[in-house]
Amino acid sequence: MRITGHPVLQFSRGKKIKFYFEGEEIEGYAGETIAAALHAAGVKDYHYSPKLNRPRGFFCAIGNCSSCLMEVDGQPNVRVCTEQVSEGMKVRRQHNKGVLKP
Amino acid sequence: MKNREIAVIGGGPAGLTAALYASRMGAEVTLLERHSIAGGQLVKQTHKFFGSQKQYAATRGIDIPQYLLEEIERQGVEILLDANVLGYYTEDGVLGYEKDKKFHVLKPERIIVGTGATENVLPFANNDLPGIYGAGAVQTLMNEYGIVPGNKALMVGAGNIGLIISYQLMQAGVEVKEIIVRGPIIRGYGVHASKVRRMGVPINTCCTVKSAHGNTCLEKVTTINLTENREPIPGTEREVDVDLLCISTGLSPLTELLWQAGCQMEYVAELGGHVPLRDKNMRTSQESIFVAGDASGIEEASMAMVEGMLAGLCAARDFGYDDGMFNELHYDAIMQLNELRSGEDSEKIRKGLKECLVKEVIR
Repeated sequence: MRITGHPVLQFSRGKKIKFYFEGEEIEGYAGETIAAALHAAGVKDYHYSPKLNRPRGFFCAIGNCSSCLMEVDGQPNVRVCTEQVSEGMKVRRQHNKGVLKP
Repeated sequence: MKNREIAVIGGGPAGLTAALYASRMGAEVTLLERHSIAGGQLVKQTHKFFGSQKQYAATRGIDIPQYLLEEIERQGVEILLDANVLGYYTEDGVLGYEKDKKFHVLKPERIIVGTGATENVLPFANNDLPGIYGAGAVQTLMNEYGIVPGNKALMVGAGNIGLIISYQLMQAGVEVKEIIVRGPIIRGYGVHASKVRRMGVPINTCCTVKSAHGNTCLEKVTTINLTENREPIPGTEREVDVDLLCISTGLSPLTELLWQAGCQMEYVAELGGHVPLRDKNMRTSQESIFVAGDASGIEEASMAMVEGMLAGLCAARDFGYDDGMFNELHYDAIMQLNELRSGEDSEKIRKGLKECLVKEVIR
């Protein structure tokens, strides 16, 4: 959910962007991170731990903790709390350590 | 490879101020910031600052970076955004960073490290459930991106960050059920505590989180009361239905680059963790490396800015730059820091600094 009325802040959102989460179309705004757009759409679990399959979301939201690693356009281990959404981007939950593609 | 006189790492309050004063003295400066906008954590601080006019008192945090940025841009500082510094190689003095998915290198003669801090985690059962976030992370989500972080929240920690963010959660339309703090006292300023209490949020001291519950996301938190010696009291468990748990139990300095550069480090609990030894000018045990802001010890943004000023002035001075104002500005910065740290609230900081502030850093 996005904040609409705020006593101090005004949010000037960028242009609307469509991207895909687990094959489903989701709307975000230019300049917004993947984590922010997913959270706004009600998705909070981004990563599942490789051994115990425990759900993980973000923790720090500024690129420090690596709790929010997801697969973005086929590339694993993307910190979605700092990576911005882009048109047509394909985002998936990550369930393993991931293999980097050359 | 590009040579540069000074590289400032981190575009938060410390880094921006360091770049401002180093370039004002005449030095050639590159500022590297990993985020797409400069300002560090100021970009989400909607509250007004305390202190004196020099440290932007009565100005909202979010309004400070713009002023600093305009100044340093005008002075010709090269500002690299989305530039993530990955390492510093002392053997050849090369700084590596990632920008636009490419690896770049820069060879600066002086480095000012203003990398800031990271939020501490709190150990309890299921503390990795989505919905359990650092309080600063929640602030980023709601104040920077305009997203409601949850419906019902529980705040852990009653320092200034915990209190201020509780208030900001309410401004964003989130119901704050309560604030809990494990110690017997509320560390944050009374003015902030009164504000949230007036809005009906109870602050429960001697209380912590025992466990979190939920299937894929947080649904419920179990709290437990503590004795004054922080021993859990069995039978005092309470269940609180929340989908958002904000952890505001302190910060730790982000010092990876300082470690890699071989700076002498010291564990100082009062400053939040391992911090580099430094002289009064913020120079570390590596002659070419300065530190400023939370990376040198956790304090307020006001101190970070003055430390940045000091580091910027002194790094530029190493090249012989002096716009005729060095002595005056340097004295002013030292005095501002002394004044900011003179209060009763700063006793802990003063004690911590004694452990890492050295007359002359051993090289």
